[in-house]
Amino acid sequence: MNYQSFLIKYGEIGIKGKNRYLFEDALVNQIRFALKDVDGTFHVRKTDGRIFAEADGAFDHDGAVEALSKVFGIVRFCPVKVIADEGFEALSEAVCAHIEETYEKKDFSFKVETRRARKNYPKQSMEVNADLGERILETFPETRVDVHTPEVRIHVEIRNEISIYSQEIEGPCGMPVGTSGKAMLLLSGGIDSPVAGYMTAKRGVTIEAVYFHAPPYTSDRAKQKVIDLAKIISVYTGPMKLYVVNFTDIQLAIYEHCPHDELTIIMRRFMMQIAEHFAKADDCLGLITGESIGQVASQTMQALFCTDDAATLPVYRPLIAFDKQDIVHLSEQIGTYETSILPYEDCCTIFVAKHPVTKPRLERIVLSEQKLDGIVEPLVEKALADVEIVEI
Amino acid sequence: MEAYLDNAATTRCSEKVVHAVTEAMTGTFGNPSSMHRKGMEAEQIVKVAKQTVAKTLRAKEKEIFFTSGGTESNNLAIFGAVQANQRVGKRVLTTAVEHPAVRNPMKALQEQGYEVVFLPVDEQGLVSLEALREAANEETVLVSMMAVNNEIGTVEPIEAAAAVIREQSPKALFHVDAIQAYGKRMLTPEKTGIDLLSVSGHKIHGPKGVGFLYVREKTKLTPQILGGGQQGGMRSGTENVPGIAGLAAAAEECCTGVLEKEAKVRALRAQLIEGLKALPDLLINGGKSDETASPYITSVSVSGVRSEVLLHALEDEGVYVSAGSACASNKPAVSETLKAIGLTEPYLSATVRFSFSKQTTEEEVALAIDAMQQIVPKLRKYTRR
Repeated sequence: MNYQSFLIKYGEIGIKGKNRYLFEDALVNQIRFALKDVDGTFHVRKTDGRIFAEADGAFDHDGAVEALSKVFGIVRFCPVKVIADEGFEALSEAVCAHIEETYEKKDFSFKVETRRARKNYPKQSMEVNADLGERILETFPETRVDVHTPEVRIHVEIRNEISIYSQEIEGPCGMPVGTSGKAMLLLSGGIDSPVAGYMTAKRGVTIEAVYFHAPPYTSDRAKQKVIDLAKIISVYTGPMKLYVVNFTDIQLAIYEHCPHDELTIIMRRFMMQIAEHFAKADDCLGLITGESIGQVASQTMQALFCTDDAATLPVYRPLIAFDKQDIVHLSEQIGTYETSILPYEDCCTIFVAKHPVTKPRLERIVLSEQKLDGIVEPLVEKALADVEIVEI
Repeated sequence: MEAYLDNAATTRCSEKVVHAVTEAMTGTFGNPSSMHRKGMEAEQIVKVAKQTVAKTLRAKEKEIFFTSGGTESNNLAIFGAVQANQRVGKRVLTTAVEHPAVRNPMKALQEQGYEVVFLPVDEQGLVSLEALREAANEETVLVSMMAVNNEIGTVEPIEAAAAVIREQSPKALFHVDAIQAYGKRMLTPEKTGIDLLSVSGHKIHGPKGVGFLYVREKTKLTPQILGGGQQGGMRSGTENVPGIAGLAAAAEECCTGVLEKEAKVRALRAQLIEGLKALPDLLINGGKSDETASPYITSVSVSGVRSEVLLHALEDEGVYVSAGSACASNKPAVSETLKAIGLTEPYLSATVRFSFSKQTTEEEVALAIDAMQQIVPKLRKYTRR
């Protein structure tokens, strides 16, 4: 048997005590999901405290590497050559062939690190290290041995089969999605909220999302843009439910009855309430927003205080202390930036006051909101009832 | 019920067009340049299409060159004309209300050192013939002017302009962007004195991605796409046979009964304008008389309403229109044409375009009027404060 596989190394979840298997199972699931669309057939299995993704025959190597580098919980992963145990000579040849294929320039220092899980193997680990080292030096005279700080570590793991690997590719770290409960992301077409969703998912949180649509003030293209953004982050987060709420009538009612400098804050409070409704129905344990202190008028400490008051669930704001530039940088890394900056209006400027209040007082906001009593409730009911659910 | 009133953006293909395209894709699928029978059959389709199209302009078969559409036709005409006739001079005239497919090549010429004059228009969008007379001189190599404006439907004085050019700049070539005029008005380039004329397929119920350029016999033009030398080397690239077959079918249908259809569409325009009159603070842009206004395009400015919002609200009622000019509707850019006719806020960003086709019905127009009467007062309540 001579096939390729990936050895997947995970960090944090190794230390989760008795729940460890839950984390590993979640990681296995996420890896399976990530490899689903890669050309090739993969078997993902957990053995001896490690996860292997083995390809059945030919497969798209670069595609698999790209997919694995997006699975939260993976710290590093190694492309592995697995061979049957056909004696030490065959092993030596396989190791040299591996070096030949993998490294264009061979003037590196190396060390062989053998793990002998199968104790009846005729040579001991130290012997394997020494003998393989010798063979490598003979075959590639440009190489040299350095047992303290080698440039290349050549790993040989002897079980029923023998695994050979020396390359380590960095994973995104974090925790496997599905190990930390669920939360509802308030997703807009902007730069911040997709990044907030990504960051929360990186801590193992399953994400659902809600988008507030305001036709005819926002177009179907703006809605499609949000669906596209959800698709991009779902590469990391896994399948996602996107609630599309028609917010127009609520927005118009606020516009008609409330002071204009408070429009945005009051609108945000209703968004929180509606998001929370769907969050609770789906057993979410929190809301997620892309807010960052001081970025816009509705994101001052005072404004966030007022917005927060409208929710009873905890509101997670992973970008709270980030500068805009850092958020942009992250969104470029994730791949949402290009879509986020497409010019479809997602919040008609009619509803943005020319001089919005930057230090709102909660008592005043609540007082202003009372002007909507008896008017807004049926509108909220209708928005909840008419929600469109898009499965991403 | 739906009312598709965005026919200046694109039109639905007619049955005959679909049939012609399908036949050329599956039946006569050969490469016109192939030497065998399959090639000859396809070549025959292209040849017949040229004859069909030529007939609609009272032109000759060899004066027709198929392109990928209006934009390519305009580019070929403009760059091809100035490059082939450098000896005449470096002065180029055009108008302030051209489509970007003319305006942007003109800006490129400017950067290349050409002296480009953008002739002003009046508040109806009519180009000033006096300005043309003053600007046109012996060094003028090209004059490019649209026949019907795509945003406001103004019918430009092409014939009078041709006369001025003949007198002032006998060596200049006259290019007419006829994309919104072809199949809707009688066009006889040779008689009028037009040397180059651009047409697009999908504005006349033909397929997208195909159009043609009329090039008057003996006009010197430099090809812009080089390759296998198809179409006499003027436009290399394997001919888009299905597109060409579809375009010819569409051209034949559209250029039959032009006056009759115009009269029918003019009645629809009158119906629309009459219906919208009830709304206060509303402007109808473009030509004021039947001679200067194409009945196919009606540009309306509704103060106090953002055009995209109105567009989406109409969409919810099944009425499809454009905001400003369709090609620029994804960008919040202000229309050059609307600025050129002197439109200012609150009308400038409040302009939508209703555009009709021969298929448009009274019922569709009635639906649009109803929708406007319902929506406009509602939207006017909500403005940025």
